[in-house]
Amino acid sequence: MILDLLVQGAQMILVLALAPLLLGFTRTVKSRLLRRRGPPVTQVYRDLLRLVRKEAVLADDASWLFRNAPYAIFSATWVAAALVPTFATGLHFSWAADLIVVTALLGSSRFFLALAGMDVGTAFGGIGSSREMLFSTLAEPAMIMIVFVVALVAGSTQLSEIAVFMVDHATLRVSLGLALIALIIVALAENARIPVDNPATHLELTMVHEAMILEYSGRHLAVIELAAALKLLLYMSLIGCIFVPWGMARPSSGFLPLVIGVATYVVKLAAGGFLLVLFETSIAKMRVFRAPEFLGSALMLGFLGTLLLFVSRSF
Amino acid sequence: MPIAWVLVAVAALFAIAALAPMTLSRRRAEAGTLIYGACAAACTLILVIALAALLGAVDAGGTLVLPLGLPWLGARFRIDALAAVFLVLVDLGGVAASLYAIGYGRHESAPGRVLPFYPAFLAGMNLVVVAADAFSFLVAWEFMSLTSWAMVMAHHHDAENRRAGYVYLVMASFGTLSLLLAFGLLAGAQGDYAFAAMRGAAHADWVAGTVLGLMLLGAGSKAGLVPLHVWLPLAHPAAPSHVSALMSGVMTKVAIYGFVRVVFDLAGPPAWWWSVVVLTLGSITAVLGVLHAVMQRDLKRLLAYSTVENVGIVFIGLGLALAFKANAMAGPAALALTAALFHAFNHSLFKSILFFGAGAVLTATGKRDIEALGGLIRRMPHVAYAFLGGCLAIAALPPLNGFVSEWMILQAILLSPALPQWGLKFLVPAAGAMLAFAAALAGACFVRAFGITFLGRPRSPEAAGAQDGDRWSTGVMKTLLGLCLVVGILPNFVIDALHPVSDLLVGGAMPAQSLLPHLSIVPISESRSSYSGLLVFLFILISTRLAIRVIHDFASRRVRRAPAWDCGWPDPNPATQYTADSFAQPLRRVFGPMAFRSRIEATMPPPGDPSPARLVLSLRDLVWDTFYAPIAGIVLAIAEKLNHLQFLTIRSYLSLVFAALVGLLLMVAVWA
Repeated sequence: MILDLLVQGAQMILVLALAPLLLGFTRTVKSRLLRRRGPPVTQVYRDLLRLVRKEAVLADDASWLFRNAPYAIFSATWVAAALVPTFATGLHFSWAADLIVVTALLGSSRFFLALAGMDVGTAFGGIGSSREMLFSTLAEPAMIMIVFVVALVAGSTQLSEIAVFMVDHATLRVSLGLALIALIIVALAENARIPVDNPATHLELTMVHEAMILEYSGRHLAVIELAAALKLLLYMSLIGCIFVPWGMARPSSGFLPLVIGVATYVVKLAAGGFLLVLFETSIAKMRVFRAPEFLGSALMLGFLGTLLLFVSRSF
Repeated sequence: MPIAWVLVAVAALFAIAALAPMTLSRRRAEAGTLIYGACAAACTLILVIALAALLGAVDAGGTLVLPLGLPWLGARFRIDALAAVFLVLVDLGGVAASLYAIGYGRHESAPGRVLPFYPAFLAGMNLVVVAADAFSFLVAWEFMSLTSWAMVMAHHHDAENRRAGYVYLVMASFGTLSLLLAFGLLAGAQGDYAFAAMRGAAHADWVAGTVLGLMLLGAGSKAGLVPLHVWLPLAHPAAPSHVSALMSGVMTKVAIYGFVRVVFDLAGPPAWWWSVVVLTLGSITAVLGVLHAVMQRDLKRLLAYSTVENVGIVFIGLGLALAFKANAMAGPAALALTAALFHAFNHSLFKSILFFGAGAVLTATGKRDIEALGGLIRRMPHVAYAFLGGCLAIAALPPLNGFVSEWMILQAILLSPALPQWGLKFLVPAAGAMLAFAAALAGACFVRAFGITFLGRPRSPEAAGAQDGDRWSTGVMKTLLGLCLVVGILPNFVIDALHPVSDLLVGGAMPAQSLLPHLSIVPISESRSSYSGLLVFLFILISTRLAIRVIHDFASRRVRRAPAWDCGWPDPNPATQYTADSFAQPLRRVFGPMAFRSRIEATMPPPGDPSPARLVLSLRDLVWDTFYAPIAGIVLAIAEKLNHLQFLTIRSYLSLVFAALVGLLLMVAVWA
């Protein structure tokens, strides 16, 4: 019981600690791939610390929602990230929420982010919110379709159960392949990565995520940046948990499997981060109104996968 | 006997309605307080009785027969589990709307047009739910329609409201006609109008199928099922806001009650193709409703279209329940039915909050057009807070209640590969995709509604000078929001309260939920899926507090106010903000060509011409164009032709009468 709680707590701390590292890792690797030296891997931590120490500048028109939204965004994302199994399955609170709840928690955080973008009453904030909600109208159903595929294969929407099923009964299935591609597309869009949005851009009319947080500064900005880093980590963990679940510790299996679990988790994150950056450096950003087609393809893939499973359980 | 007490309360409501005109000579505020207070008391009485009946504290099984109505029929009333659930829903909404109206009604310009009809409307809705024979059901239904119509027409000096009233009256009469025919078919040749007799009789397949179609027309038109929804976004916003809340939050649920009562209870065992019809209509309704909602500039009309969406979601749940019931899968059928009823209940809670909020905004600024609002979060903090909560709940975000019911519907969809019919194997995943799509669009819709109305800077002087709502209004809104939260984090008790209904209608029930550890809900089995709203809520609460604490204690808590940054070019003019139309533009661009045949025409003046450029945006309501415009055209054309009959000579009239007489005699001769 106590150990279970400790493991659960450890996971919450672990995702929080690793999230900036993953982001810093992707930035460093990306710079190297672009033949730049780039910032050190720990740069994101330094940025966050610097931001937290600075005073927060609030626009004259900012309301209480603007000040409180960062914490709501952060906590919803953190809870969601803590509910995705990372290094061990069957965590103490894993039954409190399933994959649909994780999706919806991210929806809550996006809801507040979009509102925060509109609070000060600037054109940039509005454009960011509007586009973010457009993407979400396609990304969210695509995500639900992915949930359907995975849940129909594994017979559960609980992530722990899914991970265990995938390890024990791993077979190659067409629908799972479709779901994987769809999930990668959704993850790229949700994390504002190329080709949907450019995480390195500022002051550009096609930006989405950065436009919403343009008015934030100081600790508020730090909290939102941390939430964004957590979201990237969450999607990596999600892909890892569903499609590469090997190496995760089973419930109450002792200390050594936990260590192995953490080690494989870090390796998975590093591999995922590297693949992400490799993909990003080899493709150009698309126009904002091409993105709905890109996301629509994820929705269609997810739907096709679900249909295959409904029609025949063997695909 | 509980039913007797309910009828006493209903009679009291009628008495209040009858006495209302007499109070009008007094000061307006006092009359309103008196009437609405009395309505709230009567509704509270029914609410308590219904809760007691639902939770099994009192036995409410018996039928009460009153010598009312047609002499040889009598009127039967009964509270069973289904009626008790909907009584709770109706009267919770009734109490909330009445208390809200104590404050809100003071601003009513023509109280004499609202006060007498309001108690009668509540009484009508209650009577529909407790009626146990077709005759009293139809009378009560018609009462409900006509009183609400009267209140839609309260502000009839506005031409738009008159049109709304006209369309509503036509659709309501059409709906009642369908219901009349449905009950006629169910009663059969013997003509026994009691529900008990209909339930007992065996119906032929074609009779049951036709009854389903007629109920979809009759109850569906009242609930706002596409393509019968056209009156709803016109009529609901036209009424005073507390009545809008009742019409959207409660009256659509009474219509759903009528559908469930007949299709699940009276029409006998369903055929599997029924679910195909219901699922298809439900999915289309959900998506089309929310697509319209996201384009609206009128706040109350936006809410009315979102009601259409939620009715669609309820019908998706009901369709799934029919599919499982037809295949004798009692457990999944109970899950789907419970989810549908749960969603109906949830919708009545948050839609009331939202309409109350829209009413408060309307009172404070005199505007329904969100393009003229903005920045109200600073001027109306209490209303803004409750409205934000309502938006979160209706956008199906955890840990509030809207999420739980949609989660349960998704869980029911995940059980449906076991259905044997091929049509359903293709349809159910599509319905699931439509449901998810509608939920995501609802998120966008309510970010837009809240963001444009309450955030940013005021776009008109009225919005800049707005005052917060009165204590009654904000108190009621916050109480309802509290209920949304409690239901969202402790859904177990609601699900268990719906236990007897699914027992009654689908012959099975979900496993008992309220004794599970950590108050999680487990629809099928723990290894399949579970959700604990309480735990998620606590997690969010604790991590928020923790984050705030850590940052404030160990880092900076300094704040400096400065002009907005806006990339270095802040513009003080509020017109430079993003508008509601610009917010909807990306969505319109992606979905508009398909859903609305949207067209944008830009006329640019030639170079050197200083006249302004024009941009004309046209959206078409395809449902209206496809179904209603042709019908209206045909009716008009026939009326035009028949117009000649009014200008004939006396000889022509005499010969017409003679011809009619001969025709009738011939018909009688042939028939006999």
